[in-house]
Amino acid sequence: MKIKGDSDQPLIQESMEVPIRKKSKISGSSATGWLFASPWVIGLILFYAFPLFSSIYFSFTTYSILSPGEFVGLGNYRQLMSDGLFWKSIYNTIYFAIFFVPLSIIIGVALAMMLNMRVKGMAVYRTIFFLPTLVPHVALAVLWMWLLNPGFGLVNGALDAIGITGPNWLGSVTWSKPSLILMSLWAIGQPVIIYLAGLGDIPQELYEAADVDGASWLQKIFTVTLPLLTPVIFFNLVMGAIGAFQQFTLPYTMTQGQGTPDNSLTFYVMYLYDNAFKYFKMGYASAMAWILFIVIMLLTAVIFLSSKRWVHYQGK
Amino acid sequence: MQPKAKKNLLRISAHFGLLIASAFFLVPFLWMMSTSLKPVTQIFTYPPDFIPNPFQWSNYMEATEYIPFFTYLSNTTIITVFSTIGVIISCPLVAYSFAKLEWKGRNAMFIITIAVMMIPMQVTMIPLFLLFNKIGWVGTALPLIVPAFFGVPFSIFLMRQFFMGLPNTLRDAAKIDGASEFRIYWQIMLPLAKPAVLAIGLFQFMNVWTDFIGPLLYLTDESQYTLSLGLQQFQSQKGTEWGLMMAVSTMMTLPIIVLFFFMQRTFIQGITFSGIK
Repeated sequence: MKIKGDSDQPLIQESMEVPIRKKSKISGSSATGWLFASPWVIGLILFYAFPLFSSIYFSFTTYSILSPGEFVGLGNYRQLMSDGLFWKSIYNTIYFAIFFVPLSIIIGVALAMMLNMRVKGMAVYRTIFFLPTLVPHVALAVLWMWLLNPGFGLVNGALDAIGITGPNWLGSVTWSKPSLILMSLWAIGQPVIIYLAGLGDIPQELYEAADVDGASWLQKIFTVTLPLLTPVIFFNLVMGAIGAFQQFTLPYTMTQGQGTPDNSLTFYVMYLYDNAFKYFKMGYASAMAWILFIVIMLLTAVIFLSSKRWVHYQGK
Repeated sequence: MQPKAKKNLLRISAHFGLLIASAFFLVPFLWMMSTSLKPVTQIFTYPPDFIPNPFQWSNYMEATEYIPFFTYLSNTTIITVFSTIGVIISCPLVAYSFAKLEWKGRNAMFIITIAVMMIPMQVTMIPLFLLFNKIGWVGTALPLIVPAFFGVPFSIFLMRQFFMGLPNTLRDAAKIDGASEFRIYWQIMLPLAKPAVLAIGLFQFMNVWTDFIGPLLYLTDESQYTLSLGLQQFQSQKGTEWGLMMAVSTMMTLPIIVLFFFMQRTFIQGITFSGIK
């Protein structure tokens, strides 16, 4: 989604548009457009703009549900800087994101390519790959707690069978985060579906042309498929990074909100949630939310800027 | 190698690769189903048994009694169905105005819509909670349903991309015939966008069906709980009722699997990023 700022061109990235799109003079007035968009305009104000701006204000107060609190300026932010668990949760979250996001892209694209082949029974395969996404996160957490149980879990059972003594997985400070990455990778159906749709958008003629040129299977992947998939990879990268920073349900249900062992699974949003809804320190939690928002904005900006170098749009 | 033999070899290796990868995705799931049918004594055996012996179908009965399953099921269904309806009504309408209508401020609004996708839910979570609390909606399903009727940015974006790919000719012809903008949308464009409507509907359905944090925040009374919250009740101080929990998880997952299996092709068709499908 590259956004262009030329004045006479619509601000939308050109390749997203229909080639034959022409300005039809008979189209309705501005009023009709606003009318059609009005539910979203209202929703945007009520459910996004208003909460967004009030949370800035809250972040400067000691507001809690129980008391109106007072204005403390940057007090919450200052206090956060010396909050050990805050830093710990940042470390955990970044650790998770750094491994999970690239892995999910590599595995997701590879899976989507496999699921895009023309073989019999594809509907069944696709459903299988999508299955884990359909499992409720609470169940997923419990299921994996158990698969990874060092005593009677299936994973260590399988490792045992080939002569490897499995680690303590979720019970060990070293392995708890890799365990979480593993189970999150298990449920990457949604991005895979989006990659699949992206693969379907690639014109067949390009492959035929590559065939004529005698390109090998691997060459086709690297010269046709991957470059043309970059807009979708870009989209999933942005959404994946945002999602990784918001990791909540899995670690929360797995550790019943405790982040055990030794806070190695206390993620940023878990700590935020605890502050807001367990200790009712809404102001403090709002400050955390804003730090998260700024980090995500910066990260997204970096991804957007870098995208000029590696995202190719069709028709360019 | 002969071309035909090569093709066969390719096909076999494709199936082989798919099967191996499938195992990674399928085994944990089958494990969940098999556990849901095991008697308690068999759940913790080591090395693990894959096949329940005997098949204890009564786990399912017991699970529906351990938690008020049917109450939770109907709560979940109501929230999911209504919020999906909300998304299906609002998002195509808004997306249509982004894709096909010309109005002042359209591009700015579209950029804001994309930017909004980047706001972490946690940033708006606290003020929204306070807002809903003030108007007395905390403890009801309304905060989980009503916002969907105002649009979801991701779905608006997907719908817009799909509408962009539909030619303007039909619309222009109807215009000349004097059809109103809403009629064109309702009778011509919306029916053409069925795959995309299905896709956003399914995304919403799946997300809400398994949502955890939303119900956790807003549903305060146990009688309003959804299945996601209900699942947690199998974990208690005394330990976890593994078999029963897996039975409920299986029951929660199966309907969506069936839905996905039959709709996957249309579903994928409905998602487009280039707008030139």
